[in-house]
Amino acid sequence: MIAESAPSDAPASLLEVEDLVVHYPVKMPFLQSLVFRDKPVVHAVDGVSFVLQPGEILGLVGESGCGKTTVGRTVLRLTEPTSGHIRFEGVDITTLKEKQIRPLRTKIQIIFQDPHASLNPAMSIGRAIGHPLEVHGISDDPQEIREAVLAIMREVGLTPAELLYHQYPGDLSGGQKQRAVIARAMILRPRLLVADEPVAMLDMSIRAKVLELMLDLKARHNLTYLFITHDLATAKFVCDRIAIMYLGRIVEIGSAKEIYADPKHPYTRALLAAIPVPDPTKRGPKVLPRGEVPDAIRPPAGCRFHPRCRSVLATCGWEGRDFVEFLEERWLDEKIAQAEANLGPIDEWAYQGLEARRAAPQNVAGIAETIRRILENGLPAFAAAVSSIGVEEGEIVVRFRTADDLRPKLVEGRTVECLLY
Amino acid sequence: MHYATDRGAVNALDDVSLSLSAGETLGIVGETGCGKSTLGKAILGVMPGNARVRGQVVFGGKDLLTLDDESFRRLRGKDIALIFQDPMTRLNPLLTIEDHFTEEIRAHEAVSRDAARTRARTALESMGIPESRMRNFPHEFSGGMRQRIMIALALVMRPSVLIADEPTTSLDVIVEAQILEILEDLRKAYQMALLLITHNLGIVAEACDRVAVLYAGKIAEIGPVREIFAKPIHPYTQGLLKSVIHLETKELSSIDGSPPDLVDPPTGCRFHPRCPYAQDICTREVPALLEYREHQAAACHFGKDFV
Repeated sequence: MIAESAPSDAPASLLEVEDLVVHYPVKMPFLQSLVFRDKPVVHAVDGVSFVLQPGEILGLVGESGCGKTTVGRTVLRLTEPTSGHIRFEGVDITTLKEKQIRPLRTKIQIIFQDPHASLNPAMSIGRAIGHPLEVHGISDDPQEIREAVLAIMREVGLTPAELLYHQYPGDLSGGQKQRAVIARAMILRPRLLVADEPVAMLDMSIRAKVLELMLDLKARHNLTYLFITHDLATAKFVCDRIAIMYLGRIVEIGSAKEIYADPKHPYTRALLAAIPVPDPTKRGPKVLPRGEVPDAIRPPAGCRFHPRCRSVLATCGWEGRDFVEFLEERWLDEKIAQAEANLGPIDEWAYQGLEARRAAPQNVAGIAETIRRILENGLPAFAAAVSSIGVEEGEIVVRFRTADDLRPKLVEGRTVECLLY
Repeated sequence: MHYATDRGAVNALDDVSLSLSAGETLGIVGETGCGKSTLGKAILGVMPGNARVRGQVVFGGKDLLTLDDESFRRLRGKDIALIFQDPMTRLNPLLTIEDHFTEEIRAHEAVSRDAARTRARTALESMGIPESRMRNFPHEFSGGMRQRIMIALALVMRPSVLIADEPTTSLDVIVEAQILEILEDLRKAYQMALLLITHNLGIVAEACDRVAVLYAGKIAEIGPVREIFAKPIHPYTQGLLKSVIHLETKELSSIDGSPPDLVDPPTGCRFHPRCPYAQDICTREVPALLEYREHQAAACHFGKDFV
């Protein structure tokens, strides 16, 4: 867990997320669900903590499936937390009942990625923007609502407001629709806006306008943003602080300026290196992590990034599963697969925790020798993580050493969860 | 090329001409509705029924638009292949990966099922998909693996032209970089010509030799990537390049207004309502696409002022 403690002389924080865990059950057929005693869950968020000060923009950055959207939704209790605490203005909102949550939603609003899907096509723009005032019982005077709507429409640049008031989402451009969504969120005068990829669906030539509007509104109304994005470039421009997420964990969190200038976590470095640079004179080969983000139903042990990490150590969490995947990847090359046929086939191998094993055929010594040889020629950290190769009860067993304890550490002004430090 | 709709004809593409050489990567860049995807579909003759096309698509000396359906089908996939943004639109959820390959190969060549299977295995293994997964169905793979399967499938017949329509848009940035590396390696290894359709100028800068900037169904500017990124001529190209948010961005920039409705596009230069330099002539006359620097052409009445 990455914990951030606010300095004691700092003003009271607006939002505190503490050790948040959100697991989704995996849908399976009823009969199958009877068989599984330990029902599989998606580890969407697995121990996330951060603090948001009033007037600050914190970016939650990561690839799809890292849990950033789930964190955002849980802050509004649109998704139920499995465990952990979320405190807004000092009140723990994780234990509130549905009825008690409603007033909270006037103070915390969310903007989604797709403005088209966020607006009811059969509701005029004016009615849509004024709708929250009715829903939350803030006003039932049509004249008053209309005035408030026109004022906020002008403020977000939906002009001429009187004309657009009566139009429908289908009549508006993508940028105008997102402005309408922002206006609808702003009309309640919230303190916190959760913006989930607010410009990702907009064309490049109009993104800047919407971002400028958001920054402008923030300055004028002393708003606080939780800015969720996969786009590190946008996050750099917009955020004061950023939290880099990977498979349900925050791997690095701190001041945006410092993290971009000198990223510490290997995953942050990989993300930054992968961004296409719009300058053809700066082309060059990239150092990319291996493979893809693994399944969040069974996240890797230790540091979740270890199987892909270019700076991985022997102590980062290697396990039996990594050995089987290592063989599978090796044998993509047919020549190697044939040369090492005495180890195969791959589906003979099973893994559990720190062990990978298969029923030992005739020449056990030969197999152990082959394993030793290929480990020697492979990744040194991986080879060093193997503690023994032996025969037990007629099976050949490859066993890994236990991982070192992974704790968040303060590294040059930011918090990093990595054994390199 | 236009689509007939109940609101009138949509002029999706208007007077677009370009060429693609062996081993070259040409980027087609533009925003929503600029016609870039229509272009890819028109080249391959895979358009909805309401589409009307005029012009020529010359490949190996033949005009593809005059081919009968059967000849076009034989050529599609074998000589010119297409990959889409979402691999699930091309992969059949009821077929295993192996079946996809054996069907594709046997549609173009009379080979045995075993021979096709061997070729499929080699193609998949070159993309990092192990043999043990050939019997899996498309939904059992991750997004990046599916896109690699799509590429392997598109390339199994060794086409000389690959049209890739936003091949990495639904992927994360690391997988995107991996896929672009694969495409680059393939292009080098087989002298394949690549038409890369994208909205991402970063990808154009990293992966393309030349680029055509499309605006409202017309080419605004076309030329070598290095020159266009360093010295854009068309005001739309200038604005688009400035609006890209990248790690070095110090100041946000955007283009006023939004792309036009192609049922009733603006007269003259289609960009004039959004152009900061527009004059009278721009509202009246369609600018010609003229070469202002070697190989770099732009369709702007005031092109010479921006050279």
